[in-house]
Amino acid sequence: MKVLIKKGRIIDPINELDMVGDILIEDGRIKEVGENIEAFQAKVIQAEGCIVSPGLLDMHVHLREPGYEAQEDIESGTAAAASGGFTKVACMPNTDPPVDNAAVVRAILSRAHQVGSCGVLPIGCISKGQKGKELAEIGFMVEAGIVAISDDGKPVADSSLMRKAMQYAKAFDIPVISHCEDPSLSSGGVVNEGLISTELGLRGIPGAAEEIMVTRDIILAELTGARLHIAHVSTAGSVRLIREAKQRGVKVTCEAAPHHFTLTEEWVKDYDTNTKVNPPLRTIKDVEALIEGLADGTIDVIASDHAPHTVEAKSLEYDNAPFGISGLETMVPLVVSGLIDKGILSWTEALKKLTKAPADILKVPLSGIAKGSRADITVIDPNNSRIVDPASFKSKGKNTPFKGMELKGWPVLTICGGKITHSIFSDN
Amino acid sequence: MLSSKDLLGLKDISKEEIELILSTAEAMKEILFRDIKKVPTLRGKSMVCLFYEPSTRTRTSFELAGKYMSADTVNISTSTSSVVKGETLRDTGRTIEAMGIDLVVIRHSCSGAPHMLAEEISASVINAGDGMHEHPTQALLDMFTIKEKKGRIEGLEVAIIGDILHSRVARSNIWGLKKMGANIRVCGPMPLIPPNISDLGVRVCSSVEEAVEGADVINVLRIQRERQDKGFFPSLREYAKIYGIDREKLKGAKEDVLVIHPGPVNRGVEITSEVIESSCAAIEEQVTNGVAVRMALLYLLLQGGAKGEGAN
Amino acid sequence: MALKEKARIMTAEKMARTLRRIAHEILEKNPDMENLVLVGIKRRGVPMAERLREHIELIEGVKIPLGILDITMYRDDLEAKNCSPEVNKSEINFSIEGKRVVLVDDVLYTGRTVRAALDALMDFGRPSAVQLAVLIDRGHREIPIRADYVGKNVPTSRNEVISVKVKEIDGVDEVLIHEKIPDEP
Repeated sequence: MKVLIKKGRIIDPINELDMVGDILIEDGRIKEVGENIEAFQAKVIQAEGCIVSPGLLDMHVHLREPGYEAQEDIESGTAAAASGGFTKVACMPNTDPPVDNAAVVRAILSRAHQVGSCGVLPIGCISKGQKGKELAEIGFMVEAGIVAISDDGKPVADSSLMRKAMQYAKAFDIPVISHCEDPSLSSGGVVNEGLISTELGLRGIPGAAEEIMVTRDIILAELTGARLHIAHVSTAGSVRLIREAKQRGVKVTCEAAPHHFTLTEEWVKDYDTNTKVNPPLRTIKDVEALIEGLADGTIDVIASDHAPHTVEAKSLEYDNAPFGISGLETMVPLVVSGLIDKGILSWTEALKKLTKAPADILKVPLSGIAKGSRADITVIDPNNSRIVDPASFKSKGKNTPFKGMELKGWPVLTICGGKITHSIFSDN
Repeated sequence: MLSSKDLLGLKDISKEEIELILSTAEAMKEILFRDIKKVPTLRGKSMVCLFYEPSTRTRTSFELAGKYMSADTVNISTSTSSVVKGETLRDTGRTIEAMGIDLVVIRHSCSGAPHMLAEEISASVINAGDGMHEHPTQALLDMFTIKEKKGRIEGLEVAIIGDILHSRVARSNIWGLKKMGANIRVCGPMPLIPPNISDLGVRVCSSVEEAVEGADVINVLRIQRERQDKGFFPSLREYAKIYGIDREKLKGAKEDVLVIHPGPVNRGVEITSEVIESSCAAIEEQVTNGVAVRMALLYLLLQGGAKGEGAN
Repeated sequence: MALKEKARIMTAEKMARTLRRIAHEILEKNPDMENLVLVGIKRRGVPMAERLREHIELIEGVKIPLGILDITMYRDDLEAKNCSPEVNKSEINFSIEGKRVVLVDDVLYTGRTVRAALDALMDFGRPSAVQLAVLIDRGHREIPIRADYVGKNVPTSRNEVISVKVKEIDGVDEVLIHEKIPDEP
């Protein structure tokens, strides 16, 4: 199949490209990039006014398979990714069984190969069973194809184990991804600690619970020389700590999730469990600090922390509902509406945080939009405006606080390995 | 006229609504002193007390309030309900609504549970205490007692002493008393003072002496033993000494200070027996007033809608 | 719905004369003053009862007990009105056990108020007899209730409203007939 994308604005942070032109795709590869390309019998996409980017990579998603297929599985999760404009996702290991051995890694990759609508990059556990006691067989998992290690939702409380994980991972040149949370401070908490937790009578998670672990892990990264990636940074303090560490030359990178730089704790007010997320929605000061961190480059990556849950689970009491937001399918318009349209990031900067930056951290080779490259392409229409309707999500998780909100800048076409995995263009 | 079908908290109701509830309660209180304590007002109405947390006094108070007004009352508590069978609150709400009840009184350990129930069903919902969020009927009866004893609420200096962090009573009192124009000070061991509480317009005092100074009313909160185990303060002995209300600490308060307590009381811990038995305490009257306030709420919610004067 | 004034059927002087007459009738029918009590039905039955008591005191030199009855919680039309009328306190600070109670109200119409008042009264005790005094009887009874003492019988249509005004509440003593005028569509 041949696809010809005409007259889009091609922005490629990998090859430092920003031009209006055409792209011809044939046999899964980019055949030609240039102006006024003509092709016989190609499917033509009129992309005038649209942004054409290398396929996006979300380095923090929960695909839930194996074990929690009611919430999501690899088929629905990768379909959601494609619909959200992604051609690759890195998936967290808190499945059942958890991804703590090579067999589970292979199972996920094989399943992704069979039913996936995008590339899947598994992340392995740091500790066996995510229990924080002894290291998982990281070497075997690297052989099987993991791109990073993390105990995600269950942060490693034992500093000595975290140190060893970093030392060990360094040899394989994979990053250690840390969900920074001191469980002794966050225990029982469901929202940010502050005025809202006081008003609503919900147990708070102080910013300090995150910042203490950010500090610890930065110090351990400094000690070991390992590559540390801090997941879903949510507080002003974390941004400051990471900024200082980077200035000192510590090998630390980090990501922010759209809900953290878009929403504040105020959103919790009606006890809408769709706002329950860990780390919790914080204050306006924190949101401003995240935006500043995104603008000055302290925050390298934007990742969704896509955490689908069933309607049943989310319809429990706020205390009893699970943490998480189904984020893959609203990420791009939130970046466009929240950062690009407001002049905080340029298109190139924003797309870099969704392509090159995460790929560099995970050491995933991306060749971008260049002749001969694998055809992974995302087309975004900056003017396409739509109301968020979870019922139309490809994800099984309909849990989003953005429901009913009008957002601009939706992905209109996703091509993964030359195959159209998402398109709003009709067939003729 | 109450603006909502439910009473979920005092944060979202107006001063006028609070005044209406308190004045209606005054009329209800008269019934409690009759030989025949029953009026037919809510005949044919049914209410369920849905309690997910153990409580004797609040549940009994609601139940009697309903019975004095001739409503049919049913109790469901965790040990006997289908909660143990894993039914969700939403489903439980729908089930009892399908049985035709008009009002649900709910107590739940999760903050926000009454909101959830109120969204789910069209029957009225009264929050009888949710987690650490609100306990509006307790605050209303506290305000009723204050108004009865002091003749007003506006301009009074009210001190709330104890575990503010976990207290729904404290939160509802703060919302209600602020609306009625009182000035509030709070005091307790600092780990039990919630973050940003001063943003609600209350003064945080670091000593009981400071909090009590010139106070018209002292609302003493119950201290729970579990808080010590979680390390919020070192010992009950030390708590009683530093934060417990005794004769000595009352000296700085106004001469006619009123001492109230939501009960049940831990004598000798947060308050001494001497103070409980003294003329400045009104702890038993609070209980009586609680029934009157709950009768008023049942009347206002179950007869719903606008206030009107009968024409001949 | 607007109200249009139609006629004034009682002035202040007429009202005073009427109440004095009723006081005499009450005394005539209840020579045993020991057990006689008055209970005014809120709101305008209360000033009526107070005036009757004054007249009785003037005539006999005895101040008989007076109670106030709020019948809101006994009404049978709460549901229909879909409203919660303001509830007030009943104040009957004496035992009505074995007493001859004269219930006092301003207007007798359907009889439902009196029905509610009887229920409310019985919750305070068991009187030996209950009588009813009203300033105006306008007819249209829906319940078999009859007044023992009537100030004035006023035949009305259902489209009319009787407005009894008293100094204590309205600043003036008079009785008016109003007509209901439907709002322009």
